[in-house]
Amino acid sequence: MCAHEADLEGTVNRTSSLFVWMLFFALLLLPISAMAQEATPYVPSDDEVNAIAKDMYCPVCENTPLDVCPTQACEEWRQLIREQLAQGWSEEQIKQFFVERYGARVLSAPPPRGINWLVYVMPPLAFIAGVLILVRAMRAWKAGTGAGTPSAVEELPAEEAHDEYLRRVEEELKKL
Amino acid sequence: MPDEVIPSSLPDAQPASRFSWGRVLVWAFLGGLLLLLFFGLLRAQGTNVRIGKPAPDFTLTTYDGQVIQLSALRGKVVLINFWASWCKPCEDEAEELEAAWRYFQPRGDVLFLGIAWTDTEEKSLAYLQRFGITYPNGADMGTRISQLYRITGVPETYLVDRQGNLVYIKISPFLSTQEIIDVITPYLEQ
Repeated sequence: MCAHEADLEGTVNRTSSLFVWMLFFALLLLPISAMAQEATPYVPSDDEVNAIAKDMYCPVCENTPLDVCPTQACEEWRQLIREQLAQGWSEEQIKQFFVERYGARVLSAPPPRGINWLVYVMPPLAFIAGVLILVRAMRAWKAGTGAGTPSAVEELPAEEAHDEYLRRVEEELKKL
Repeated sequence: MPDEVIPSSLPDAQPASRFSWGRVLVWAFLGGLLLLLFFGLLRAQGTNVRIGKPAPDFTLTTYDGQVIQLSALRGKVVLINFWASWCKPCEDEAEELEAAWRYFQPRGDVLFLGIAWTDTEEKSLAYLQRFGITYPNGADMGTRISQLYRITGVPETYLVDRQGNLVYIKISPFLSTQEIIDVITPYLEQ
């Protein structure tokens, strides 16, 4: 074997050895990188937190939705929502947690249970009742107009109607 | 003079009221609704939180897992304190309450109960640790207890005598340990 061939063989050996080492380090770093990715916690944004908080109210600050309430208590609640979202809780789970802990009044809309049903049933019922009353009133008014009731007088020209009334009033006055 | 002045051309007046099942149903529905509202309001005002009246009964699960029912504490004088970790006036009285508790605890016939109102558990526990509070404390789950006592905020303190009657209400923080001792002591002699 000549010296040139030996050098070439040595270079090839060194190159392959370097390659093996690089591969080894790459494989070593792969799980570390994956672990680093896993270790980076998911931090829900303010928008994600507020999307849930806007439908909730803290009993301490009545009439102020949780997403805009500036008190420390509400800030802690929003932080709790953020932590729960980070743990993968759904909106329903979060709301259920708050209801169990702080009562149903934390919700902007009461859950449809028991007497709360009235809140959901009454407005459409009142609307339907209003429409029915209106329809009946309009029918009665139309029927009245057609049958020559006093409202029929309204269809006469204004002056004529006025004269007719004047004539009747005068008639009645004469009888007195 | 004629008795009535009614134009002859006007149609005969309709009967004032006609029986109709629809009307009956509507009135029955409205009546039922009013009754429902009446009883709802009556129930909402049902709890009588007044001095001299029996204290509303409740069950408190403490942070260390004890289940304490107020009605099971007859024979003891019970101090019920509503607080929250975010409440600054609560901090003012926290040490005074703990000192008073340590003063009465050896007797065995006085119990202090702390009820955390609209607080997060993590913050509540940190608060208890910060002020070294050792008497039983728990969260007001579902704000049921605070609704029973109709609290208006925190801190609020209620004292229940040996017979289970409410004998004292304070809607502000205690200013000193002595003040708490002075409030409780007369009821120990009864």
